[in-house]
Amino acid sequence: MRLVSKTSQYVVMSLFAIVFLAPLVWMISASLRPEAKVLSVPPKFLPTDAHWDNYRQVFELIPVFLWNSVKLAGLNVVGILIVASMAGYAFARLKFAGRDAAFMVLLATSIIPGIAYLIPQYIVFRQIGWVDTQYPLWVPKVLTPVFATFLMRQSFLTVPQELEDAGKIDGASTFGIYWRIMLPQTKPALAAIGVFTFLESWNDLFGPLIYINSENLQTLPVALAQFQGEYFTQISLLMCGATVSVVPVIAVFLFAQRYFIQGITMTGMKG
Amino acid sequence: MSMATITMARDRGAVQVADVRRARRRQNLTGWLFISPIVVGVVAFQFFPILVSMAASLTDWNGIAAPKFVGLKNFTEMFSDDPLFLQTFKNTVYFTLASIPLTIGIGLVLALLCARPIRGVAFFRTAYFAPYVTNVVAIGFVWFWFFQPDNGVINGLLDQLGIHGPQWLSSSSWAMPAVIMVSVWQGIGYPMIILLAGLQGLPAEYFESARIDGAGAWQRLRFITLPLLTPHFLFLLITQFITSFQVFGLIYVMTKGGPGHATSVYIFNIYQNAFSYGKVGYASAMAWILFAVIAAVTYLQWKLQKRWVFYT
Repeated sequence: MRLVSKTSQYVVMSLFAIVFLAPLVWMISASLRPEAKVLSVPPKFLPTDAHWDNYRQVFELIPVFLWNSVKLAGLNVVGILIVASMAGYAFARLKFAGRDAAFMVLLATSIIPGIAYLIPQYIVFRQIGWVDTQYPLWVPKVLTPVFATFLMRQSFLTVPQELEDAGKIDGASTFGIYWRIMLPQTKPALAAIGVFTFLESWNDLFGPLIYINSENLQTLPVALAQFQGEYFTQISLLMCGATVSVVPVIAVFLFAQRYFIQGITMTGMKG
Repeated sequence: MSMATITMARDRGAVQVADVRRARRRQNLTGWLFISPIVVGVVAFQFFPILVSMAASLTDWNGIAAPKFVGLKNFTEMFSDDPLFLQTFKNTVYFTLASIPLTIGIGLVLALLCARPIRGVAFFRTAYFAPYVTNVVAIGFVWFWFFQPDNGVINGLLDQLGIHGPQWLSSSSWAMPAVIMVSVWQGIGYPMIILLAGLQGLPAEYFESARIDGAGAWQRLRFITLPLLTPHFLFLLITQFITSFQVFGLIYVMTKGGPGHATSVYIFNIYQNAFSYGKVGYASAMAWILFAVIAAVTYLQWKLQKRWVFYT
């Protein structure tokens, strides 16, 4: 016997799907309406207009924000993948004094809430003139990927020893073994970390909010919040901006969903 | 054996020991070179700031002028002389206690729905998960307009049902439930994925033999599925507590802590003290109280697991 029949399961699942998707659908259809028709009573969810002029107006403003978001996401992804995979490889496969102690200390830092070190970080960065630059949005992140290092270590541990031995017999250097032989074996973990890092960087609110004042340096999501009163006073334009800020993330997510979910379950239960 | 051969053997041994030592030193150097970027980063961007923050919590400091040592005054002031601290603490507890059971509970329902291999399940799973990857600014704004009292979508829909909706974000009693609703809506994807992975890892034999013994679907859920998922529930309780207690983004975008201080939460209060009012010492002290709360609750959850978590 089944708890629910297949039909009723589809009905329930569809109702939930409507609840989860309706706000996103509304965002897109509001972005295509003339301002006067955005908030209608009774409310309309599906697009009724195709007022593309909204997007033309918004694209006069946002290319610089979009570029900042893309640039920072790229720097974070590439940087974190390099730093975390090197450290993860060393912790998993190299023998050296203090290795396990260093690993434990790294993991221990992750229990301190970020806010405890974000405040002094801000003061230090102000001292060295990094406020209102983009450095605070990638340098500290790229150099502290504790979680990603943990994941990479787990992934390197599963690579068979014979591969490494074959590399050694061929006379490859330690770096060569890491880069050419071991790293390609950890592609799923790299993909998971890449997707995570992209989303985290793209969706970051706190960092850009406290560090960036200049318009030309701001990321897209935070620019919407920060310059709302100046540029996005119309709801329809705000929703255009919001839609543009969401589309790349949804695209990456759809494209790499498998790795993303793998990453969540890896960090979650098996670690 | 002549003296000469003994000396030679000893020399060879000494050379070997030196070789081994050199090789080991090389190994150590290589290892530390590989981890040097993250070690430098964690020392510079976490350890050092953490020490500064600990010291700052004992001072009256605006982050610019020289800090003035005040001992534990920041900590005593919080509990005896700062009604806003107590209110934001209460608001955060309210937010956390309401959102955790809702995210985990509905997450479980969705995971159970998605665990059955039916056609189109991937679409539904993606739909439920989509809000989780969407940025909080876009989501916050959409819901901000949804909650407009007069011409917003929510009250528009309630109107169709003949219900006169509340003032939502401008009402001091409805603003928090509204924010919690949005946070649950956005956050459910995570527990759903964790529980789904848990469900898919359950051994099929248990269900087979239960079915043979005549256990109904409800009994199988109650006596097999849920007990076997308890390690996942523990993990979710711990992680959801840590994230809910540090909620910031939605509050910042949707209400800025208002109306009044009705939705002002702990991190928002720290943010304002540190970055708007320049009370760096006080904000650091609050950050350490936050750490103490999170550490204590996590420890407690870990200790209490014996009572209810079921390990096979």
